Amino acid sequence: MARVLRSVVTTALAILVIVAVWEGYKWAGQQTGGNWPGTGIELPVSTDDIIMPHVSDIAAELVSDIRDGRSTLPVSVFLLKKAWFTLQEAAIGFFLGSAVGIGLAVLMLRWRVAERGLLPWINVSQTVPLIALAPIIVTWGRNQGLPDIVCISLISTYLTFFPVAVSALRGLQSPDSAHVELMRSYAAPWRTTLFKLRLPAARPYLFPAFKIAATLSVVGAIVGEISIGTKTGLGRSILEFAQRYAVWPERLYASVIGAAVLGLFVFGMISLAERLVLRRTDEVVA
Amino acid sequence: MKLRRLVQRGTSLGPAVVVGVAGFGLWEGTVRAFGIREFLLPKPTSILAELQAEWPVLRHAGWETGRIAVSGLLVGILAGVLLAMFTTRFRTLNEGLTPLAVAVNATPIVALAPIFNAWFGITGTLSNQAVVIAVVFFPVFINTARGLTEVHPDEIELMHSYAAGEWTIMREVRVPNALPFFANALRVVAPLSVIAAIVAEYFGGPQDRIGNVITSNAGFARYDVAWAAIAVASAVGLALFAAALLVERVSMPWRLAVGGSDSNNNPGRET
Amino acid sequence: MSTGGDVPAVVVDGVGMVFNEGTGGEVAALDGIDLTIRAGEFVTLIGPSGCGKSTLLRLIGDLLTPTAGGVSVFGRSAHESRTGQDYGMVFQHAGLFDWRKVQANIELPLELRGWSRSDRGARSSEMLDLVKLDEFSDHYPRQLSGGMQQRVSIARALSFEPRLLLMDEPFGALDEMTREHMQSELLRIWGETGTTVVFVTHSISEAAFLSNRVIVLSPRPGRVHSIIDVALGERTPDTREDPDFFAAATTIREALRSVGGAE
Repeated sequence: MARVLRSVVTTALAILVIVAVWEGYKWAGQQTGGNWPGTGIELPVSTDDIIMPHVSDIAAELVSDIRDGRSTLPVSVFLLKKAWFTLQEAAIGFFLGSAVGIGLAVLMLRWRVAERGLLPWINVSQTVPLIALAPIIVTWGRNQGLPDIVCISLISTYLTFFPVAVSALRGLQSPDSAHVELMRSYAAPWRTTLFKLRLPAARPYLFPAFKIAATLSVVGAIVGEISIGTKTGLGRSILEFAQRYAVWPERLYASVIGAAVLGLFVFGMISLAERLVLRRTDEVVA
Repeated sequence: MKLRRLVQRGTSLGPAVVVGVAGFGLWEGTVRAFGIREFLLPKPTSILAELQAEWPVLRHAGWETGRIAVSGLLVGILAGVLLAMFTTRFRTLNEGLTPLAVAVNATPIVALAPIFNAWFGITGTLSNQAVVIAVVFFPVFINTARGLTEVHPDEIELMHSYAAGEWTIMREVRVPNALPFFANALRVVAPLSVIAAIVAEYFGGPQDRIGNVITSNAGFARYDVAWAAIAVASAVGLALFAAALLVERVSMPWRLAVGGSDSNNNPGRET
Repeated sequence: MSTGGDVPAVVVDGVGMVFNEGTGGEVAALDGIDLTIRAGEFVTLIGPSGCGKSTLLRLIGDLLTPTAGGVSVFGRSAHESRTGQDYGMVFQHAGLFDWRKVQANIELPLELRGWSRSDRGARSSEMLDLVKLDEFSDHYPRQLSGGMQQRVSIARALSFEPRLLLMDEPFGALDEMTREHMQSELLRIWGETGTTVVFVTHSISEAAFLSNRVIVLSPRPGRVHSIIDVALGERTPDTREDPDFFAAATTIREALRSVGGAE
């Protein structure tokens, strides 16, 4: 309980500090006419209301109305609706990517030669900016009659499988030889060893990877939306509001905050799952 | 002795080479056999041909994107390491900042690109570099700070028994201890910097870079050129990844001497 | 290496140690400890878990500050003695730096004292000779066995010729054979250097074999229960089968039983 309280206080404090720095910088800049104090050198970021709107204006924007198709609703609800769409894409990508990652890890565990053959390429795959291929993937997907949501999920999948594959392999290989020998002494087949020993042992390795993967799946979904021009989603909103920045700068900030909240939400969900799954072993240790 | 190690390395790379050749062969074969149209999946050979034909454009674009990625990478690393070293000296600051950094790192940082465009303008490369810096900074900071603080208590006690000061402890214990953690972050952020640079390009900036070459050629259905551009970006990312591995080996000779393995095991994560 | 006449190596005077003082979660680790260790002595601290023997060792080394009483080392306060680097310390885990080769590990305290490279090299090869690891100077710690690592750790602790050696269960992680070998080596080194040794252990036979005196601590809070003199003369491998050795071990075992420390 104390931990929860402490993290709440820390978060509040952090937000407060960020707001104070933001408004402080803005205030100081406006005192000096946008220059470093006592010089004619411009500040790196202009402090006017377009470039740096007041925090209160951004907050107010969250409750002000926006048109969404035929209906009118508050910006925050609007962003939530968009985030829901993005979350679906990210979730499909996350689960597909995790499945592929764990599958690859099991494959590499089973055959040492598969590890030697695949692992370097799995590493190389991270240097391929597939995210840049989003337009091609979507063209391809549309030709196959796949909905955009699936196409974008594929981008998330590509970003997601890597951390899962690498950590799952490490986790599956983590039991020490005594445990493996114990299973062998029971004449347990490979599959039983996998399910009774290796997978449970891999859990502490998997969850940190799931956290990274969850964040990446959101990144993939947002970037996917931006690069292919979907009709909805958070990425779409960010792009749209970025184009109208000169009129409504607060909206861009609101949508970026929405993206951050979505990222934190999926991260939080995985952390929660981690607690639930790993709690029993914790209790044994404690 | 050396020769034997070289031969061993060669044979350990064997399966990877086989998989690579087979993979590309399969790709080429499938496209040919099923007559898959180029706009869906170009053959490796036609990508190679475009790579040659469009080389001047691609080289320039790769160079420009690479410059942004590398400069952002270096600044991000420097900032992350310096802040980590600074906060290590003040425990409360470190304990407050690390969870915050973990939280920020859980957000899609690339979404900041349009804001950075508004701040730093879209005529120069500064706003794109800022995206790369932000993406690189957090993993480096989080890992390095962990490496600097998660030191075995015996080692600190030993240094105290020598009446060593904080600075000596930093130099002799904390920094070497943090190296594997830092190296892990480096492996992640090196290729990431290229991807961040490309994503940032979607939001604007000069139009002569890899991201733009990909989108504009994809727009004209010249997918083989787009793929060639991706190959160039991968090469840049791969070069940075290789550089990260090289830094890892050169800075930590003791790891090479002990395990000799260069597997993917995150060396810093003691569990 | 004059020991300064009759100045005792360590004087522990009415020392008490309470952790978390003033927080409500107080733990009294040590209470009213009086102890004098003569120069050149080999003294062992033994007692059940929680008796504060490691804490006492750290108080002597000024790695912790007592909440009551005082500690002096060779006539100076423990703090002065630490800043003057009067003692060397050996931990249960060798605590070598992975990133330094064996020789560089031994030279670490010398570097911190500003010795020149050639002086350091001369001393570290002397030390490697002393612990019989000359061939391994160019290895990294992880390439050595546990026993070898611990020998490097001892060499590191002795490299600057401290008058006092503090050892916290240094052989606790070693197997029985290595352990007995290391014990003999330690006694040989002790004989060659004349250093005072304060040695923390769990092992009754180790205490009996090594020490001039065994200090038995009782737990919660740690107090000196009894001090047992062990007079076995020159130790040889045969000492381990000597009836006097068994008698000493029995005395220690009974003292431990009476403080509730069944081994």
